[in-house]
Amino acid sequence: MRQTRSVEIGTGLFVLLGMSALFFLTTQTTGGDDFSAESVYTVEARFENIGSLRERAPVTMSGVTIGRVTDVTFDPATLEAVVRFVVDAQFDRIPDDSDASILTSGILGSQYIGLQAGGSDIYLEDGSEILFTQSAIVLENLIGKFLVNAGSKEGED
Amino acid sequence: MLIGFQGLLLFCAATDGLGFQSLGDYSENLIEIRDLKYSREPRPIFENLNLTIRRGEITAIMGPSGTGKTTLLRLITRQLIPQQGAIYVDGVDIATLTQAQLYTMRQRFGMLFQNGALLTDLSVFENVAFPLREHTALTNRLIRHIVLTKLHAVGLRGAADMMPSELSGGMARRVALARAMVMDPDILIYDEPFVGLDPISMGVIVRLVRRMNDALGITSIIVSHDVEEVATVADRSFLLSDGKVAASGRPEELRTANSELVRQFMHGMADGPVAFHYDAPGYAEQLLGRDTE
Amino acid sequence: MNRVFQDIYENAVEFARTFGAFQLFFLRLIRHSPGMFVGRFNVIVMQVYNAGALSLVIVMVCGFFVGAVLALQAYSNMARFNAEDWTGVAAAFALVKELGPVMTAILFAGRAGTALTSEIGLMKATDQLSAMEMMAVNPVKRVLVPRFLGGVIAMPLLAAVFSAIGMFGAHLVGVELFQVDVGSFWQQIQLTVRMQDVNEGIIKSVVFGIAASLIAVWEGYNTVPTAEGVGRATTRTVVITAITILVFDFMITAAMI
Repeated sequence: MRQTRSVEIGTGLFVLLGMSALFFLTTQTTGGDDFSAESVYTVEARFENIGSLRERAPVTMSGVTIGRVTDVTFDPATLEAVVRFVVDAQFDRIPDDSDASILTSGILGSQYIGLQAGGSDIYLEDGSEILFTQSAIVLENLIGKFLVNAGSKEGED
Repeated sequence: MLIGFQGLLLFCAATDGLGFQSLGDYSENLIEIRDLKYSREPRPIFENLNLTIRRGEITAIMGPSGTGKTTLLRLITRQLIPQQGAIYVDGVDIATLTQAQLYTMRQRFGMLFQNGALLTDLSVFENVAFPLREHTALTNRLIRHIVLTKLHAVGLRGAADMMPSELSGGMARRVALARAMVMDPDILIYDEPFVGLDPISMGVIVRLVRRMNDALGITSIIVSHDVEEVATVADRSFLLSDGKVAASGRPEELRTANSELVRQFMHGMADGPVAFHYDAPGYAEQLLGRDTE
Repeated sequence: MNRVFQDIYENAVEFARTFGAFQLFFLRLIRHSPGMFVGRFNVIVMQVYNAGALSLVIVMVCGFFVGAVLALQAYSNMARFNAEDWTGVAAAFALVKELGPVMTAILFAGRAGTALTSEIGLMKATDQLSAMEMMAVNPVKRVLVPRFLGGVIAMPLLAAVFSAIGMFGAHLVGVELFQVDVGSFWQQIQLTVRMQDVNEGIIKSVVFGIAASLIAVWEGYNTVPTAEGVGRATTRTVVITAITILVFDFMITAAMI
């Protein structure tokens, strides 16, 4: 009897340890789950180019995560990318003329949406659309522009 | 299917009175082996083996090492399947049984393995209780009662809480005997029960075998090459050699048989039909000749 | 020359036969598995203990040092590009996706796998499996399935423990020894490691757990029932498991990219 007891205790401890290790790995080493809200509202924004923005990318304001991208689609009529994202319902006083830009965390980091507050008295609510957007900066385009500029300058000389 | 058909034919032949009288007579013969052929590459082990084991008797199967005595036991219990011929237990060809039927039949068998084959991770008590726990829904109290009775019968009630690793060879075999008995089998099979025991343990086992058989009306099969012990306990003996039954009868009949092989085996003579020397080139030739290097 | 081809042919046939028997064996274990969880849960608990709890010490010690050495390597090489903050990321990726499952599986083969093989092999050599067969108890169901399931349950948990302890080792080296900022160490990890990376590690550890347990049980069940045979079977368990796991690792990684 004693032997079974210690086996059971050992197994219990082992499984608990394994589970907590798994919990640690899924919550502490991934950034995926730091946003959670009881209720959210959905906002839409259209971009010319979203770069490598994907679902689950964070939406931030002043650097604080307030929401998450839920859906990225392509509108064949306007040839624009339509990004839908949710914002925590407790942040319900975001002016509707705020602008959304696609930014990159660090040089090699992943892309996210940054909101810049506007001055309107009307606030964003479920189903609103952000009108002022700034597309992702694509490195190749940037280099291309730089080369063209450099070339034209040389021509002037 | 084919074997089943053969069995049917044999049965018809028996009822027609064309010989094979024994086949229809289930009350007398419990196990029948008919024209058994079994070979394990590269050599044949049994060829046309015929053997009958009578109900309620102690039958000994003897033979020099390597004649396939243990293989025969495995065939009788269908751990192996014969290539030709058939084995009937209570008139049923065991090769035709399904897995479930086989397991039902095996509950009628108790088997004592050479070294006991006790399950090493269970105590003596749990080892004996194992078949009960697996096959019955008895209460713990009843199981305890039965197990202690069986252990008492082999004189090891006091060892119930020991682990198999703590037992001596003789004790392990007695526990295994208790375990083989616990489901009250009809047939008890002993594989080399006397090997490696001191004289006292040996005497204990011999007496137990006899007592189990007579008191409980069990049919016993003993595979052994210990001539003396077998002679004291067996009702009938079969001597196997070269895949056939070389001789059979009561132990004293075997002793006085005039076959050379039987004499060699029963009296333990070093040389005879079973040669002392393994096949080799000529002695003088090998020692003196130059072909060795 | 003809004989050479004959040999090759026979070996190929024998290999195919063994492989087929192995698959059928796997199916047999799977078929008996669900019933095990209902009626014999405490038998499985016993085997989880044997395979998991008893392997914990070796897995934890190895995990700690593997994490620590990863951080050492990462720090000293990242420092050349002023990217010390990425020390934790390098260690985390290596642990969660690769070394956690792979090292744990190989340690598991060495600790639990050999124990399984030799235990089952000895049960076979001492006729215990035949004895069960004679008591009308199916040894595959009673002996092999619980041991297989115990290994399958224990292995992913062990891999998780390995990775977590490894992260602790990496933290000690990176943060405490080399003074990488705690905040940026963990922030970089959280920003870079995605859920799917952890999932890849979990999938690997589950697959490796099945493979390692299956091989150990198979080798035990097919042991030549002698002392020498048991010794050989345990060696084969380690060798075959190691090869299988590294091949599977490659295939899973390729499939998950």
